[in-house]
Amino acid sequence: MPERERKQKPAPRERTQETAEVAAPTEKAEKLKDDIDGLLDEIDSVLEDNAEEFVRNYVQKGGE
Amino acid sequence: MGVPKICGIETEYGVVLRGAPDPNPVLASSILINGYVEQRRVGWDFEDESPGRDARGYARDAAVSPDIETHLVNAVLTNGARYYVDHAHPEYSTPECSDALALVVADKAGERILAQSMLAASRVLPEGQEVVVYKNNSDGKGNSYGAHENYLVDRAVPFAVLVRTLLPWLVTRQVFTGAGKVGSENSAGPIDYQISQRADFFEEEVGLETTLKRPIVNTRDEPHADPQKYRRLHVIAGDANLCEVSTFLKVGTTAVVLAMIEDGFMEKDLTLTHPVDALRVVSHDPACQATVELADGGRATAVEVQWEFLRLARKYADEVGLAHCGGDAVGNMVLERWEATLGALEDDPLQLDGQLDWVTKYSLLRAYRERDGLDWDNPKLHLLDLQYHDVRPHRSLYERLVRAGKVERLATEQEVAGATATPPSTTRAYFRGMCLARWPDAVVAANWDSIILDVGSDPLRRIPMMEPTRGSKEHVERLFAACATPAELVARLAS
Repeated sequence: MPERERKQKPAPRERTQETAEVAAPTEKAEKLKDDIDGLLDEIDSVLEDNAEEFVRNYVQKGGE
Repeated sequence: MGVPKICGIETEYGVVLRGAPDPNPVLASSILINGYVEQRRVGWDFEDESPGRDARGYARDAAVSPDIETHLVNAVLTNGARYYVDHAHPEYSTPECSDALALVVADKAGERILAQSMLAASRVLPEGQEVVVYKNNSDGKGNSYGAHENYLVDRAVPFAVLVRTLLPWLVTRQVFTGAGKVGSENSAGPIDYQISQRADFFEEEVGLETTLKRPIVNTRDEPHADPQKYRRLHVIAGDANLCEVSTFLKVGTTAVVLAMIEDGFMEKDLTLTHPVDALRVVSHDPACQATVELADGGRATAVEVQWEFLRLARKYADEVGLAHCGGDAVGNMVLERWEATLGALEDDPLQLDGQLDWVTKYSLLRAYRERDGLDWDNPKLHLLDLQYHDVRPHRSLYERLVRAGKVERLATEQEVAGATATPPSTTRAYFRGMCLARWPDAVVAANWDSIILDVGSDPLRRIPMMEPTRGSKEHVERLFAACATPAELVARLAS
């Protein structure tokens, strides 16, 4: 039952991409993009090395 | 008749001991907590604990005995919180708060205490080893750990009446309480990204378990207060939140709904036909468009069900007021934010980037996907998901977003820093915290509903605190001012 109930409308990601395509690039939009790029660069610098191994090694015991 | 919605949050943090040959999580948790409580530790008193007691009216012998925990680290802090090792996790239970905003501060203070604990641990660990904690609820491999809420509820309300409303409530509130997760677990079916960390782990509607066959409504009946008057509703179907708006909404709206149940305002039956399935349906749809089946034969989205709850809450606020829901000021703030959030979820959930955890994380992952052309199963997205919840300030991606001004805060850092040491002023946590702050050597043990003092002569004195609203600053400030010693305090309380 869960299967057929999913995604009756496009996911927000896709909707936003559509919006981005019709919007003319403005200075504001470019500034926003620069901000996001800067933020991602900053995040890159603090991300753990070797994502695959790090994620694989994160194993917890169940709790509660 | 409703009772004040005294509330608290207990969070089990994910923990890893990096660089150790045998990374034992119990040891790691103990090092953390001992590191933090390096001065004198006050023990926890288990006398009144009975986690096996069931709200449906029977006790089960096989429930986990608190004795198992007594050998582990267990501390009470001057802010009224409990900080301890639970199973294989460090757990922080906030002090009792009387409104959602105070609980946002108390919960955030817990994150700061964990961060300070990691620093303290690094001073005792060998070179190259580090304890790291995560405020999340899943390791992505089928293991989940909890973030539980507690609410004071009128004992006179039959438990079945609570259950009827709580099932559709807990299923549909995920749209603002979820902390977001890449992928699915527990054979929940393929999915790119889902709203909740925890939805994949619930298998029953109602039950006493918390670790196996998790129920949406947990029946643990341990009031930690006068059992004739109160229940403590133990909500296990929720995520640990970093976004303050998420925490505020999670607690604030749930308090209002519980008050509505107590006062007979749940006039509309919102029962879902298949709540356990519905929990996943809602979580697995970040577009917030999936519908679930209602017992009355109709179908509705989670947001539509939430609008019904909000409509009834507005009526409740108009006719009864929100005095029991943290007061009118905070209560109205909850309703306003709730309405704005539902509107945004209906329009485009991405508008809530910086307010709700699942949307904030989703937006970050989306930006990475666009920049680097990553598929959803790329390990880097899993790493970003995990590291969003890292509690170390320099590694936490959530904190990066806060510092970049991308996240809305409801508390000031000054309030949060204060709450790491000072108890909330409006509940019995004030009495507990002040006793510990003033007379740390005299407090032999403490728990939620009593405190044991050594007054210098036999016997030890137990002070019961069965009324969670009593012992507030208003009640006991003058008492503390008039007493120089714990002996004087006990004498005055006895007279």
